[in-house]
Amino acid sequence: MSIVKDSIDVINVSRRTFLGAIPAAGLVLAVGFPRFALSSDEPKYGADSMPHGWVDDPLVFVAIATDGTVTMTCHRQEMGQGVRTSLPMVIADELEADWSRVRVTQAQADEVRFGNQDTDGSRSVRHFFEPMRRCGAAARTMLEQAAAAQWRVPLAEVAANNHEVVHRSTNRKLGYGALAKAASQLPVPARQTLRLKAPTQFRYIGKGDVKIVDGPDIVAGRGMYGIDTQLDGLLYAVVARPAVYGGKVVSHDATSALKVPGVVRVIEIPGTPPPSEFQPLGGIAVIATNTWAAIQGRNALKIQWNDGLNGSYDSTAYKASLETATRKPGQVARNQGDVAGALQGAPRRVQAEYYIPHMAQAPMEPPAATARIVNGRCEVWAAVQAPQATHDRVSKRLGLPSDRVTVNVTLLGGGFGRKSKPDYAVEAALLSQAMDGKPVKVTWTREDDIQHSYYHTVSVEHLEAGLNAAGKPIAWLHRSAAPSIKSIFGPDPQHEQPFERGMGLVNVPFDIPNLRIENPEAAAHTRIGWFRSVSNIPHAFAIQSFVAELAAAAGHDPKDYLLDLIGPARRIDPRNMDDSWNYTESPLVYPLDTGRLRRVIETAAQQAAWGRKMPAGHGLGIAAHYSFLSYVAVVIEVAVGNKGDLTIARADIAFDCGPQVNPERVRSQLEGACVMGLGNALHSEITFKAGRVEQGNFNNFRVARMNETARDIRVHLIPADFSTPLGGVGEPGVPPIAPALCNAIFAATGKRIRRLPIAGQLSA
Amino acid sequence: MSTTLNVNGKSFTVDVPGDTPLLWTLRDVLGMTGTKFGCGIALCGACTFHLDGVSTRACITPISATVGKKITTIEAIGDDDVGKRVQAAWLDLGVPQCGYCQSGQIMAATALLKQKPRPSDDDIDAAMSGNICRCGTYPRIRAAIKQAASAE
Repeated sequence: MSIVKDSIDVINVSRRTFLGAIPAAGLVLAVGFPRFALSSDEPKYGADSMPHGWVDDPLVFVAIATDGTVTMTCHRQEMGQGVRTSLPMVIADELEADWSRVRVTQAQADEVRFGNQDTDGSRSVRHFFEPMRRCGAAARTMLEQAAAAQWRVPLAEVAANNHEVVHRSTNRKLGYGALAKAASQLPVPARQTLRLKAPTQFRYIGKGDVKIVDGPDIVAGRGMYGIDTQLDGLLYAVVARPAVYGGKVVSHDATSALKVPGVVRVIEIPGTPPPSEFQPLGGIAVIATNTWAAIQGRNALKIQWNDGLNGSYDSTAYKASLETATRKPGQVARNQGDVAGALQGAPRRVQAEYYIPHMAQAPMEPPAATARIVNGRCEVWAAVQAPQATHDRVSKRLGLPSDRVTVNVTLLGGGFGRKSKPDYAVEAALLSQAMDGKPVKVTWTREDDIQHSYYHTVSVEHLEAGLNAAGKPIAWLHRSAAPSIKSIFGPDPQHEQPFERGMGLVNVPFDIPNLRIENPEAAAHTRIGWFRSVSNIPHAFAIQSFVAELAAAAGHDPKDYLLDLIGPARRIDPRNMDDSWNYTESPLVYPLDTGRLRRVIETAAQQAAWGRKMPAGHGLGIAAHYSFLSYVAVVIEVAVGNKGDLTIARADIAFDCGPQVNPERVRSQLEGACVMGLGNALHSEITFKAGRVEQGNFNNFRVARMNETARDIRVHLIPADFSTPLGGVGEPGVPPIAPALCNAIFAATGKRIRRLPIAGQLSA
Repeated sequence: MSTTLNVNGKSFTVDVPGDTPLLWTLRDVLGMTGTKFGCGIALCGACTFHLDGVSTRACITPISATVGKKITTIEAIGDDDVGKRVQAAWLDLGVPQCGYCQSGQIMAATALLKQKPRPSDDDIDAAMSGNICRCGTYPRIRAAIKQAASAE
């Protein structure tokens, strides 16, 4: 990826006065345009609700060189979801550009210029599909106008087609390179006048035959990630951080460290007491001429720490405290009917508790960032999901005006939410400042990453149901206790927040008359952060496991029971489920559609030949979950041997995210989510003892490996036309995997897993 | 103390202690960043390179152990017929997501195919399960290895 200015002759169009040129009558699509009419007191949704919203100006995103090369700027961060391919591909389609002549360059942090850049929440394509279409359409119109002017013919007689503009009646043609200069002199057409393509005219969108733009670099080892930045005179740093959240350095002795060959200096980084937001944890940094020397120097440090208030955090004791909390009433998150009465009157009651542990995102590229300060200007190179937050924190922490900080974003070697928190970039900036502006790269070792993450929350989910004589629930009580991500930003709220409750806790689309959801207290004792799919992971695990438990109690088929519980196809306003969040989207545009949920369940079941006779020790499990505005159902097939040896044979995943802009990358996200979900379920757990993380590397914080995941993962995409609003893609695939797996294990063995990870429970 | 390394057919003399891992020597001293750091203790395979053709982890290989041997890294694997086929299959099937681990995956897959031109699923599991992909590209890695094998 280029982080250096392009050397080719790029003509970037400059803003000029509006000439009033109106394109000829044609298909005018005004999708999303009502946003402009919003008054300040109306609620904002989608991209409008995000800081700095969106930008659709072709001057910002498209540049055409005189040789016809089109350079597109991607302002969202690439971390494997394919955004550096998908968003430019959208522009290219509306621009009628030849994809082989498109280059992609990465935007620096600048949300005023580019619109929101915070790459999380499965929303890059959802929020920028329409702005990027308009961007491409506007640039295409300018090229058509330039050609029409040159030929002195009406605009209606010309049309752009695959990198050239054609005059239909005479078949004269002008390439985009030849038109670039003239087009650049024209004003950007008014948004409302743009002619967007009809979906039947799409050349790339929805096809899935465009290869990822970074592929050739990646397979040749040329992909540049945050850890790969190289600068003249670069120094390398590792940091010894407090093992306990809120811990501090009391004293340190660097004598031995400074004797390690290559070690240059030892510097203390002041920490920020909890809640520490995106600020560094503090500690002692060792600066050296290479990373290995810095690591050796760190090993030689003698540091005395004060652990602070979280020094007694203990996962075993904490699990017990959450269990105690969920066995008593808690803050009411949703209530309908009379659950207590219905439970009491039910002929049959079922109760279960589920435990889902902390996890670390553990992206294969650990956190790493480089900073340099020259003439009072700080430049940062980092793999960050949130470039603007990085820019703002660096600027503030260094005491530099905002316009004296530049943040260049590299490829991210995985993110999964970890790289939404730029503490490591702030570390690099502080160390460069301490080294008089010399370039310093901070690298986190794997142990640093696993022991100082912003962890996925930990939770106990307590469920009770009352079944009627037919075995159907007439009462549903769910208590969820989990520390909140909000605890890193301010006083610990001790309760899940609307955005956490809206991830599958309150918005259960079940057709049950008496339903109560409570949220007892849970205090945070470590940094809690976003982890791919976030609170959907525990909520989906508990709910989809419990539904299968109820089906077993009632003696019903789990798939039929799940469909019966969801009830008939209907669109539920999320506000009627006390979900005020709805992934920041309008409840009217994005209701929860149980018809779509039913369809993914039926599709996954059909594709997996649900109901077929299984040999002894084999089983099928099903689970479904709605998250990030998309619908997923999974059937997993397992075999469990006599000694508890588990083979995951196959997964059938049905996915409905509305229309798929880049179906090939949608499939890859779902395959990957399945693998990650299996790893979460099988192995992944972070535990604390005396405030310290007990795991340190991939030997004891285990993630999925090839030989233990399903060899056969089949993704079944539900077709949808472009009148359906876009759903998220990156995250919805993970939550149903663990419950589908555990339901399959139950079907195979009769053993019910209620505590994740599964680890050694099958051989016990 | 200087050590002479033969990397991708070229000779380099580096002035770092002999116990310095090849990984950091390649990355920080020679500026070759295609070989990735993932764990530091040979658990993830991100740093896989070939030492005299054998798939090896650079993070635990001191440069002193490479003296007189041929080091091949991802940067040069495309010069090899098998490596080239593997890269082509990787691109054709869209294997990479974030791509960070793929240097090591490609080096491990190439070593496998050189040893076993027609690997079975179990062979692939045995050769590739030391290489972690957090994005979960395993199904496509398996398919790409088979495609590269059949493209021989």
